[in-house]
Amino acid sequence: MPTFYEKRQVVTPGDMLAEGDYVPGENTFRENGKLYATRVGLVEYEERKVSVVALKAFYVPKVGDTVIGKITDITLGGWIIDVNAPYAGLLRASDVIERSYRPQKDDLSSIFDVGDLVIAKIIAYDRTRDPLLTVREPGLGKITRGQIIKITPTKIPRIIGRKGSMISIIKRETGCHILLGQNGLVMISGKNAKDTQLAVMAIRKIESESHTSGLTDRVTEMLKKMKEKEGEIKNAQD
Amino acid sequence: MSMIVRVKQKQIAELMSTGRRLDGRDLNEYRQIGMEMGFVEKAEGSARVLLGKTEVLVGIKIEVGEPFPDTPSEGVLTVSAELVPLASPLFEPGPPNENAIELARVVDRGVRESKAIDLEKLCLEPGKRVLVVFIDVYVLNHDGNLIDASALAALAALVNAKMPKYEIEEGEIKVKPGYIPLPIRNHPIAVTFAKINGKLAIDPSLEEEQVMDARLTITIEKDGKICSIQKGETGHFSMEQVLQAAKIAREKAVDLRKLVAKA
Amino acid sequence: MPKTEGKLLNKDGVRIDGRKPTELRPTRIEVGVLSNADGSAYIEQGKNKILAAVYGPHEAHPKHLALPDRSLLRCRYHMAPFSVDERKSPAPSRRDIELSKVIREALEPSIFLEYYPRTSIDLFIEVLQAHGGTRCAGVTVASLALADGGIPLRDLTVACAAGKVEGQLVLDLNDDEDKMGEADVPLAYMPNLDAVTLLQMDGQLTIEEFEKAINLALEGCKQLYQLQKEALRTKYVTVKEEEVEEE
Repeated sequence: MPTFYEKRQVVTPGDMLAEGDYVPGENTFRENGKLYATRVGLVEYEERKVSVVALKAFYVPKVGDTVIGKITDITLGGWIIDVNAPYAGLLRASDVIERSYRPQKDDLSSIFDVGDLVIAKIIAYDRTRDPLLTVREPGLGKITRGQIIKITPTKIPRIIGRKGSMISIIKRETGCHILLGQNGLVMISGKNAKDTQLAVMAIRKIESESHTSGLTDRVTEMLKKMKEKEGEIKNAQD
Repeated sequence: MSMIVRVKQKQIAELMSTGRRLDGRDLNEYRQIGMEMGFVEKAEGSARVLLGKTEVLVGIKIEVGEPFPDTPSEGVLTVSAELVPLASPLFEPGPPNENAIELARVVDRGVRESKAIDLEKLCLEPGKRVLVVFIDVYVLNHDGNLIDASALAALAALVNAKMPKYEIEEGEIKVKPGYIPLPIRNHPIAVTFAKINGKLAIDPSLEEEQVMDARLTITIEKDGKICSIQKGETGHFSMEQVLQAAKIAREKAVDLRKLVAKA
Repeated sequence: MPKTEGKLLNKDGVRIDGRKPTELRPTRIEVGVLSNADGSAYIEQGKNKILAAVYGPHEAHPKHLALPDRSLLRCRYHMAPFSVDERKSPAPSRRDIELSKVIREALEPSIFLEYYPRTSIDLFIEVLQAHGGTRCAGVTVASLALADGGIPLRDLTVACAAGKVEGQLVLDLNDDEDKMGEADVPLAYMPNLDAVTLLQMDGQLTIEEFEKAINLALEGCKQLYQLQKEALRTKYVTVKEEEVEEE
């Protein structure tokens, strides 16, 4: 039973990937015994399963994901959060306020105000309602410093790298504190603006070259080169 | 907004796969058609068409106006349609929405592309004064297939229309006594199909329209040529279905045209 | 508006813009051209210059328009006032409204709307310069904007028109041919599913001529489909090429 592309070849929506008894994986669909791609991406053939690693896709909430979002509205029951997804996230007041919540007395905006950034976890989500968030776990809550950048959510795994190898390199070389949201938002906080920008550059490079190989080495090299340049400029100024 | 009950949806689709319809019609059968000419005396032409329970009234007004700059010796044709709120709980008051506009433009193309009206005969003073034919489609009751009903009513109204005799005397427009018919040279007929469960059904009722995947209207002029086509709704047709529909439309148009000639 | 002097076809069947009857206008497509939109694409086809952008899926506003089981596709086809010979008013004309509807209906079958209930996907098509066949080019470029935006599609939708000019069946009519020819048949198609999703016609054709015309339009569609795929692939392949040069 035939497949029609080389592994990791770029495919486009409507490309026929396989014909026959294959299981449709991510970003594919089955029609009349044929499997087609639904998004632009790299095709993966794994035994009987065919999937496409999308080169560009928006984030769809998944229970258990950690996301970074911005408070856009405060209602009687809690906060509405823009999580860079088709649906807004909901953070209930009861998630944050320990005792019973009194709408008249408790001022939610003093906890999180419109415009604040938070890092939260998705605890519930299905087709009939917007995703429900929590900030109860350690490491979650308001983000008070740093720069936020938005990258294609499908690239987050590449930025983390195998067993966190890639992100560790970036953190080490730039000395930045970095928080990654599965929804494509990344918080970077460095000791100074230059370090932060270096980390941003590294992340952007990974984003645009994510489908190539040897990326880890190239990123490490780029960071080392940029730091040398910085060192030279500094020496020249002294 | 009235939604069709899912059970009925299934019923219609299942019946359709065996080539039958809820009201007992064949796939290529039109509902009963009634036609009344000259319903609105104050209009220069009018016709009322009943297609099953769908009811459309078309009025024609003829006025003196200016020609378009690129056709200085031709009269002007303009078609508009109103889906008045009393015709259906689905219609809301307000300016014409995309459905009303589409309806008007499809009827317009049928009349215009078939050159049903000899627009050159409507010229009074080239570049200055011509006759403007206003075709206004007024939907009174919506039970499906507004396009065919409207196109038929528009044609009947055109055939029935009487206009005053205009003449130019010493640079002035004078109205002579008596009435003459509009210069009609072609009889375009619109034939609409609904695609339901893979089958093509002519003249869809409202219930069938609420279930259909897509809609295809083929307008045929008197010599059997196609003069307008409009695919509507969010489904699709195969190339084969398109050609099949065209052939059926060419046949059906002959029968419908006879109704207009008779009235 | 002054009429073009002379014939549309010369005795050798060559058209006024130098094309053979079954030849497409020179076409250039680029994907991902706007930074704010979630997806975008640009097409130049002959003198047509058309931009498409998509925003979404996002929460449908106003909320009462949202559908419980699928996303709501909204489409706006619009022409810039300077896009045509005589300045066109920016207010949507009846033609703009009809075209917005048929273009939306042409693209909807390709989108997995049922994946994103209660949201809306907003599609904008702006004609910057018009020279015939803008609804077809609009469908072709809008489909790419959807793909660029990562919206899952069953197939790309591609569109092309065929028609009759001075008795000859031709492909991809330009503005003069459309205005002065005998028939124009725009057609949108999803090749994998043999699905015609837009079909209109004005003019006069016998059924036999019509059949030839839609098959000709289909040929044009197939060529443009390849250009669409190339435009999408090109965006992701150039990085690989840069890498090779460095080493």
